[in-house]
Amino acid sequence: MAIYLDNNATTLLDENVLEAMLPYMGQVTGNPSSVHRFGRIQKDAIEQARASVARLAGARAEQVIFTSGGTESNNLVLKGFRQQRPDSRIAVSAVEHLSMLEPAQNLHPAADIIAVDEQGKVGLQHVEQAMTEQTELLSVMTVNNETGVIQELSPVVEFAHENNCFVHTDASQAAGKIAVDFIASGVDAMTLSAHKLYGPIGVGALIVDKRLPISKIQFGGSQENNLRAGTENVPGIVGFGKAAELALESLQTRSEQALELRTAFEKGLKGLTSVSIFAEQAERLPNTVQFGVDGFDGETLLMQLDRKAIAVSSGSACTSGKTEPSHVLNAMKVPTALANSAIRVSFGKNNTMSDVDALLAALTDIIETNRHSSVMMAASV
Amino acid sequence: MTEQATEKPIYLDYSATTPIDERVVTEMLKYMGPESSFGNPASRSHSFGWEAEAAIEQARKNIADLVGANPKEIIFTSGATESDNLAIKGVAHFNKKRGKHIVTCKTEHKAVLDSCRQLEREGYEVTYLDPMENGLIDLNEFEKALRDDTTLVSIMHVNNEIGVIQDIEAIGKICRERKIVFHVDGAQSAGKVDINLDELPVDLMSFSAHKVYGPKGIGALYVQRKPRVRLEAQMHGGGHERGMRSGTLATHQIVGMGEAFRIAKEEMAEENARLLKLRNKLYDGVKDMEEVYVNGDLDHRIAGNINISFNYVEGESLLMALSNLAISSGSACTSASLEPSYVLRALGRNDELAHSSIRFTMGRYTTEEEVDRTIEHIRKAVDKLRELSPLWDMYKDGIDLDSIEWAAH
Repeated sequence: MAIYLDNNATTLLDENVLEAMLPYMGQVTGNPSSVHRFGRIQKDAIEQARASVARLAGARAEQVIFTSGGTESNNLVLKGFRQQRPDSRIAVSAVEHLSMLEPAQNLHPAADIIAVDEQGKVGLQHVEQAMTEQTELLSVMTVNNETGVIQELSPVVEFAHENNCFVHTDASQAAGKIAVDFIASGVDAMTLSAHKLYGPIGVGALIVDKRLPISKIQFGGSQENNLRAGTENVPGIVGFGKAAELALESLQTRSEQALELRTAFEKGLKGLTSVSIFAEQAERLPNTVQFGVDGFDGETLLMQLDRKAIAVSSGSACTSGKTEPSHVLNAMKVPTALANSAIRVSFGKNNTMSDVDALLAALTDIIETNRHSSVMMAASV
Repeated sequence: MTEQATEKPIYLDYSATTPIDERVVTEMLKYMGPESSFGNPASRSHSFGWEAEAAIEQARKNIADLVGANPKEIIFTSGATESDNLAIKGVAHFNKKRGKHIVTCKTEHKAVLDSCRQLEREGYEVTYLDPMENGLIDLNEFEKALRDDTTLVSIMHVNNEIGVIQDIEAIGKICRERKIVFHVDGAQSAGKVDINLDELPVDLMSFSAHKVYGPKGIGALYVQRKPRVRLEAQMHGGGHERGMRSGTLATHQIVGMGEAFRIAKEEMAEENARLLKLRNKLYDGVKDMEEVYVNGDLDHRIAGNINISFNYVEGESLLMALSNLAISSGSACTSASLEPSYVLRALGRNDELAHSSIRFTMGRYTTEEEVDRTIEHIRKAVDKLRELSPLWDMYKDGIDLDSIEWAAH
């Protein structure tokens, strides 16, 4: 059996989550918008899931809008806000997921980029630099998917609100790994994704406070508090609810277990030559470590690890079809050659210490024995 | 306990959503849970991702095969609503310099109508055609509505409420002559009507999985390649689906949709024959009652749909009286509202008739016995409600209700 260490890309659906979904994937069905009993059963299931997701996120159930995933949630908040405030400028951090950066680029020239420091953190000075008089929405992710860097959001939120600016945060990688509290954080909107926390792919949420001006971008029905038209993905939503419930219950155990694995792995990594851990000084997710191996090509490393039946990533899966260096590492001013050698390891609840040992052994083998040829390959690319 | 409360309810709302076929679930489970070949299909760096990608490509082929398309012409979305939004707004936005006029019909699904309304807010002009009394588009009227600045026509293949089948070939031909992009909402037709996009003059077609015994939350948009149809993406971030639709693909959902479409191709002909018999049986069982009207053309209609108005009976009361039947008085998406169906209004039905209409949609698991029981329930309920209805009495006394001036209250 191969070893899966790419849990920030997607997680294995939890057995208990699947079990919760199955009753909604069978012979009994109904459209949640139908008034008959078949429809009502589906509607009730959605509402129960909404409450569970709200609890995980520290939000009220009525603030949770279900979508088809994190990408749609990010598109919705940005475009839905701009529909209401067509003359506003928006600012997004340079390390956002592409599902935030690309819609922002699409609004060009009405979007500004918030820089980060070399540890990948958004400081207040970066926010001040990016904001203009017209800026009415900021988006800074709670944690970064590649480096695992956790942002300090409260000073950003405070500053933004003082300047009549709303704040959205993409918490897709945070929820289920660290405590998330929508209401206490003061943010106005938050993105969540089910498949990052052992729920199904294809379902996510945008948590929206009613003070945020926003309207739907997908039309054709008044579902989800009139913010997202379309027949609800009921089994997906039910799965999301169950996954959220389990994530909340086992938040501490999962994060402690991940930290133990990561600590052991990083200790081993440091014994290897020419390895540097990115954003090492910053507070990071317990399960994530991204590092570079000087003189190596990241894609080659990935392939060699895959041959040894170990699945890791160079960064965001969504960009792994391309060979460009990570925009996240770029924003952190990591030298291009080192950024090109990046590997991201993201542990999950199913990983054990023997996975760490296997990964370390594999890396040692590849780095020490193939060093010469890999340098040649990297140089010839 | 009454007889109704103990009797197993009968599901006759297949146009709202269908149960997932067991065979579809079996395929989906291969990509869910601990034993599955799972992974993020966009991860090109490891074999977990490759297996998921191969499964997705097989599903894409199955979907293409049902509708006579090339797999490369199938773009996955979160459902037909998203497909309609992407097609309509995507084409309108892409062609805004060429023209800003769109033609559609009043009986379209809300996903089409509301997308058009949004475009109106953005400065586009939309012509909403009235259908003929039988629900079909008058081709002459259609042609007259086209203008030099018309860039898009959106007409549904099969109507969700009355089940009528539009002549998309004829409409498409007219669009082709004028180089107008033609979008068809095929959510209610795929798996029910033969579709050969290789020959049909259709540029874009929306599909839904959960209307074809597949899972909810997944759909597709057919985007013709030759000649290539251009549209602006509506969802950004990662450039999935050849840049037309970003976001991580739900492998199990796509696999489910693929299997559902594969089964549909195999079983459609047989299923349609069976459903036609059931529908005729249902209609035959009630058509001798007084003041019963079928809405929409009976000949150009999918097999599993019958939409009937029971005059002098109030629709909501009828739904309540038939609480053991899962049926609707309109589309599911608008069923919470007490407004009469806008589709029936567009056919020229008066408020009373529109209000007293019920949509029965049958499908793969509907049995003859269920149809028998349904007929019994309907006859009983309608008779009972008419007994209580003063309007029915007046009608029976030969009073022309249209001549009465009602006091305001």
